[in-house]
Amino acid sequence: MRRFSLTSLLSESLRGHTGWGRQWRAPEPKPAYDVVIVGGGGHGLATAYYLATVHGITNVAVLEKGWIGGGNTGRNTTIIRSNYLYDESAAMYEHALKLWEGLAQELNYNIMFSQRGVLMLAHNIHDVQSFKRHVYANRLNGIDNEWLSKEECKAFCPPLDISGSLRYPVLGGALQRRAGTARHDAVAWGYARGADDRGVDIIQNCEVTGIRRDASGAAVGVETTRGFIGAGRIGVVAAGHTSTLMSMAGVSMPLESYPLQALVSEPVKPCFPCVVMSNAVHAYLSQSDKGELVIGAGTDQYTSYSQQGGLHITTHTLDAICELFPQFTRMRMLRSWGGIVDVTPDRSPIIGKTPVENLFVNCGWGTGGFKATPGSGHVFAHTLATGVPHKINAPFTLDRFRTGRLIDEAAAAAVAH
Amino acid sequence: MAQPFRLSRGGRIDRSRPIVFTFNGKPVHGYAGDTVASALLANGIHLVGRSFKYHRPRGILSHGPDEPSALLSVDRGPGRIDPNNRASVVEARSGLRTTSQNHWPSLEFDVGAVNDLLSPVFVAGFYYKTFMWPRTFWDRVYEPFIRAAAGLGKAPTVADPDRYANRHAHCDVLIVGAGPAGLAAALAAARTGKRVILADEGAEPGGALLHDTTSEIDGRPAADWLAQTLAELDARENVILLPRTTAFGYYNHNHVAMTERVTDHLTSAAGQAPRERLWQVRAEQVVLAGGAHERPLVFADNDRPGILLAESVRVFLNRYGVAPGRRLVFATSGASAYRAALDARAAGLDVTLVDLRLEADCGPELAQLRAAGADVLTGHTVVGSKGRKRVTGLIVAPVGSDGRCGGRRLLACDCVGMSGGWTPAVHLFSQSRGKLAYDEAIDAFVPSRSAQEERSAGAARGTYDLAACLGDGFAAGAAAAGSEARQDFKATATLTGFQPVRIMPTDADPTKVRAFVDYQNDVTAKDIKLAVREGFQSIEHVKRYTTTGMATDQGKTSNMNALGIVAGQLDKALPAVGTTTFRPPYTPVTFGALVGPARHALFDPIRTTPIHEWAEAHGALFENVALWRRAWYFPKDGEDLHAAVARECKAVREGVGIFDASTLGKIEIVGRDAAEFMNRLYINPWTKLAPGRCRYGLMLKEDGYILDDGVVARVSDTCFHVTTTTGGAARVLAHMEDYLQTEWPELEVFLTSTTEQWAVIALQGPKARDVIAPLVDGIDLSPEAFPHMAMRSGTICGVPTRLFRVSFTGELGFEINVPSDHARAVWEAVFEAGRAHGITPYGTETMHVLRAEKGYIIVGQETDGTVTPDDVGMAGMIPKAKGDFVGKRSLARPDVVASGRKQLVGLVTDDPKLVLDEGAQIVTDTGQPIPMRMLGHVTSSYWSANCGRSIALALVEGGRARMNGHLHVTTPDGFTRVTVCEPVFFDVKGERIHA
Amino acid sequence: MLLIACPHCGKRPETEFRCGGQAHIARPTDPSTIDDGAWSEHLFVRANPKGVHAERWCHAHGCGRWFNALRDTISDRFIETYPMGEQAKSGVKPGTVLATHSATHAATQSETRA
Repeated sequence: MRRFSLTSLLSESLRGHTGWGRQWRAPEPKPAYDVVIVGGGGHGLATAYYLATVHGITNVAVLEKGWIGGGNTGRNTTIIRSNYLYDESAAMYEHALKLWEGLAQELNYNIMFSQRGVLMLAHNIHDVQSFKRHVYANRLNGIDNEWLSKEECKAFCPPLDISGSLRYPVLGGALQRRAGTARHDAVAWGYARGADDRGVDIIQNCEVTGIRRDASGAAVGVETTRGFIGAGRIGVVAAGHTSTLMSMAGVSMPLESYPLQALVSEPVKPCFPCVVMSNAVHAYLSQSDKGELVIGAGTDQYTSYSQQGGLHITTHTLDAICELFPQFTRMRMLRSWGGIVDVTPDRSPIIGKTPVENLFVNCGWGTGGFKATPGSGHVFAHTLATGVPHKINAPFTLDRFRTGRLIDEAAAAAVAH
Repeated sequence: MAQPFRLSRGGRIDRSRPIVFTFNGKPVHGYAGDTVASALLANGIHLVGRSFKYHRPRGILSHGPDEPSALLSVDRGPGRIDPNNRASVVEARSGLRTTSQNHWPSLEFDVGAVNDLLSPVFVAGFYYKTFMWPRTFWDRVYEPFIRAAAGLGKAPTVADPDRYANRHAHCDVLIVGAGPAGLAAALAAARTGKRVILADEGAEPGGALLHDTTSEIDGRPAADWLAQTLAELDARENVILLPRTTAFGYYNHNHVAMTERVTDHLTSAAGQAPRERLWQVRAEQVVLAGGAHERPLVFADNDRPGILLAESVRVFLNRYGVAPGRRLVFATSGASAYRAALDARAAGLDVTLVDLRLEADCGPELAQLRAAGADVLTGHTVVGSKGRKRVTGLIVAPVGSDGRCGGRRLLACDCVGMSGGWTPAVHLFSQSRGKLAYDEAIDAFVPSRSAQEERSAGAARGTYDLAACLGDGFAAGAAAAGSEARQDFKATATLTGFQPVRIMPTDADPTKVRAFVDYQNDVTAKDIKLAVREGFQSIEHVKRYTTTGMATDQGKTSNMNALGIVAGQLDKALPAVGTTTFRPPYTPVTFGALVGPARHALFDPIRTTPIHEWAEAHGALFENVALWRRAWYFPKDGEDLHAAVARECKAVREGVGIFDASTLGKIEIVGRDAAEFMNRLYINPWTKLAPGRCRYGLMLKEDGYILDDGVVARVSDTCFHVTTTTGGAARVLAHMEDYLQTEWPELEVFLTSTTEQWAVIALQGPKARDVIAPLVDGIDLSPEAFPHMAMRSGTICGVPTRLFRVSFTGELGFEINVPSDHARAVWEAVFEAGRAHGITPYGTETMHVLRAEKGYIIVGQETDGTVTPDDVGMAGMIPKAKGDFVGKRSLARPDVVASGRKQLVGLVTDDPKLVLDEGAQIVTDTGQPIPMRMLGHVTSSYWSANCGRSIALALVEGGRARMNGHLHVTTPDGFTRVTVCEPVFFDVKGERIHA
Repeated sequence: MLLIACPHCGKRPETEFRCGGQAHIARPTDPSTIDDGAWSEHLFVRANPKGVHAERWCHAHGCGRWFNALRDTISDRFIETYPMGEQAKSGVKPGTVLATHSATHAATQSETRA
């Protein structure tokens, strides 16, 4: 692998950058692999990377039906934070956040992780109680998260209006300073390059059309548009398409796939210093390095694989943005798009074994999976390599829906009285 | 005033109406009908901006919405400044202040231009390869630097004073684009009598006809045909013609969103007209006739100011009467640029045309142009340009069929018109999820298979000949209206056909030259080649790695060239590389237009009770609860929250308080099977509840967790008066309806929301009975006749009432339900009657404290969607013998019956003055290492004036087994010790309620 | 925004409706008799098909009535809507992947260009 550095960049600039090779190969699939990862998004690529680097398992293929990073990895609003309430979630997202903090150096790929802080606004007394509950729980879990008065919110995020004239005035906020954003595409590319360098085959334009099982019922490989590929273990990491893939192995999932939309404005000079989230009015806003305001909208109410949602979902989000930040009313929407998010009944992921031997799944990240990418890949690699869950993903079983041990962050945060 | 490049005649501008606006502070003169771009060009101003990355001087490339370079900040008055306006679409008017962007200190002398020298380093994706060391420098040094460099204009900083409107419309046929195809479609559709909407993004409908000064249609000049057609459409009542209206989004089920720019072009907005109007059209059928965009040629230094698209030169000449230069060179690989060159000759300009095609491949246009006196070089490529802030020459060279270049030659000029062929505007078609197909004959993707009720016509599907466009449009319009009608049009033949070219052949080292593909994002051909070399082979990857096509023009001029270069580099056919997905919006859309009037109270409605104004008049402060504004507390004489609530709390327990509980959700459940329905929905039993009696009801979701609660009165055998939480009313009714309609349709039950019909006046305290006794008729108020948890019908102040004897305070209490229209009068009467007893109005905060003193839960505060009845100590309400009800089965799941669940308890602090934070976490051992094991959290916490100390409720793991034990609770700066107690702090025996 | 044909009111914009997820999941008549696995399946497992989906909608801001629909989750086109308690008339099975989701007049796009 050609190392990226200022030196290599400068030396290449003297010869027209003709010396850069492929960042990852385009190999033909081999007949079989120790592990086949289905899904070349950030989570799948990270899984392959950690299989190779942590567990020394390099006879691995990542199968992607389109182009890597083309699903939710390349369609999200890139918010990264770990200030979750429950111990299980907090452990997972904090594990990821710690990996994010060294990821550019580890991958030798600038994924532009920007710890600009995520400020969650409280607009009513219930929000205040809920956020303080988070702040206190995070403190005892060793996760930074602090309560800010509305004046402190304004100091941290000067564009904020705290005058009290809003429909839902800002009463304060919870700030995680280590939280922030990253360049989503680069995460996929960086993991791909790192995994490829260790021998992982990244195979694009290869759609899985079946999961082959032997007489005992165990999964032994996948049928694809490029032929059968044998696998010692299979990890399905396919977000919105998980139900479809798992049904190929006869497994029904507690998942529904919804359109989730996001949009960006035209680029402008720096005008917004941090990430602001307001669950109460459904506004999620940051400014990208390129200058675009990046705005997350909600899910549509129906399941769909169309990667397109209704305009009213977008406008509702912009209502909230312009209500909070009326100075942005004259900004313009440049591009909007949709992804397909797979949502579990408790909105927490499922990472681990399935009823089918040798078949593992990592899904259900819903609207918040990007932030978990390194942690998710890391623990899923552990699960695939060892056959048992890492202690961090152990609570995120499929079985919890049977036993009732749900991990429902949304319920804990969003019930209005 | 002097407009040195204004032609002496021609154009559709109104020379009788001069205007003046400013560009970078200097006055620019023009005429009504000009765009900012045409007026700037009329004044010889080509340099209007600096590029994103290299700060290259940039000019005006295009005349339309595809403009990538000429982006200006436009100031229309205080608060009305916005960035990134395309000079080519902003209508010029007096009073505008326009400024160029992305430079410092000035457009002419821009320090950022140093980046241009570093361009060998700043290639596609360079930032992924560096800026990683030392680690902390990304946040502190590199990123702020990159951010300051990125972005074009400046965001507005003050609230927008303008107003925006939103309109929904239905029609039979929506036609997008009022060029020849769209107009013909409108004629055909309109003549059937169907309801037609014709929308066009331009200031004037007509599309290409607006600058076509030579064609004839059916024997008349095109302009005459246009005028007559518009007159016919205008006269039809079934046609809505919308100029300045851009269809930007094609959504599901023929839902098309459009923005109409209503007042930006007006010097003074008439009356209160909105700035923009969002049209949401639901059309039975859609005709897409949005035309096509011209492709630039990709050659070294193809980005200098003065280098325009050839058709744009023609537009400026013919529509605006502006010569973009006096000495023009056209560079082309196809026929259409000859039309522009001919028109330039006709305007008396010096014209040379350079055609990549060999002499033999050219059509009759060649002889025609030579006859018009222009010099034409066929078989020539362009290898570069000269000039810095304005093009001064084009470097051309003969090129053989082997691609080798001959001797270079400099063609001196002050303007270049280039044409690399045409790309149909398939954006909306693609958004509608129609399938595109590559058409080799025109080297373009065209609509192939529709996914919705839609058809494309004219240049939007690659039909470029005028007569064919008209016929195609007419047929499409007719078909959309359900008619078989066809019409043949006769028109002057259009010069069409081009030889596809990705990068102009060159004799230069391709790694050295910069031939721009995406002007705004400074993406060059070699950037795209680099991306492909690095393994980015999907066009989506190339786009994301190089940022080509991601600027504010969304690649309208660049996408096909980029795609072609990728295909060439991979040695694949174009369709094998695919095309990027087109996403809404077609052109950028103002947030305000999408938001419309949805601000403040129209962002979310504010619900108020009939008592609201009284509370306001009596000094109440309010809190938002769901959509409601509820009186929070009633401060007196400068009291703060703490003092007011302490006073209110004591007043209720010692005398009587009055509280507006009207926001409680109310549902009337009526019908033969009402009791059975209740049995199935609540954990409680209802069959034996006697009419006139009340019961506290708890309702679960099917997953076993608490959904809502409230007091329910049985009005009669077949009628229940159900109350819900304030925020839960709609949710509960929906939950009930769902089960009633879909699971138990056999039950004869009717559900009606009565939240708005009944206002509720809560009168609480030992003197409550004394206050209402004189006012109530027809109800025996004695404790024996009217015990706690009873409901009676009668009148109060002559108004019919359902009078509940219930209490959320632990005191003797009544909730007086009266029809909302009478509530204010009753409230005031009760308040008057209460004066003698020291009646005190109280708000939600006092209500919260009083109920916490009694340990009454609030759903959403003690519960959070993960709490079961047993967790809050209410499992005893479920009768042993009770059959199934919603949520019951889930209560038997292993982890729900497991020990160690969090249970509701009371907490008292060692320091009675210390009020815990709600949300504070609870541990046993403060010395344990992080992460600590948390046992639960404080759900409610108050200063209790009645108890003379702080009190708290909490959910604690195994809490009921920890009575009298000590735990530790987080505080802002550490921990404090608490003692676990029963969750009742006042009148533990509960005697007062029965007074 | 979808356009939804309420069987009782006709076509109305989606904002008048509430989607209730997968249709034809009968609540067990006596949940206490089924085991935890079957109960969690009832509560949580969903077909989530890429193709034809049978789902429930409520015309919440209209007639207030629940009804069923068959919708293609790839194209978001409705195949039919039908009253609660009835079965679909089109005979299209949930889970079916429709061969084409083009509109009725698809041919017009491919007519010979003049």
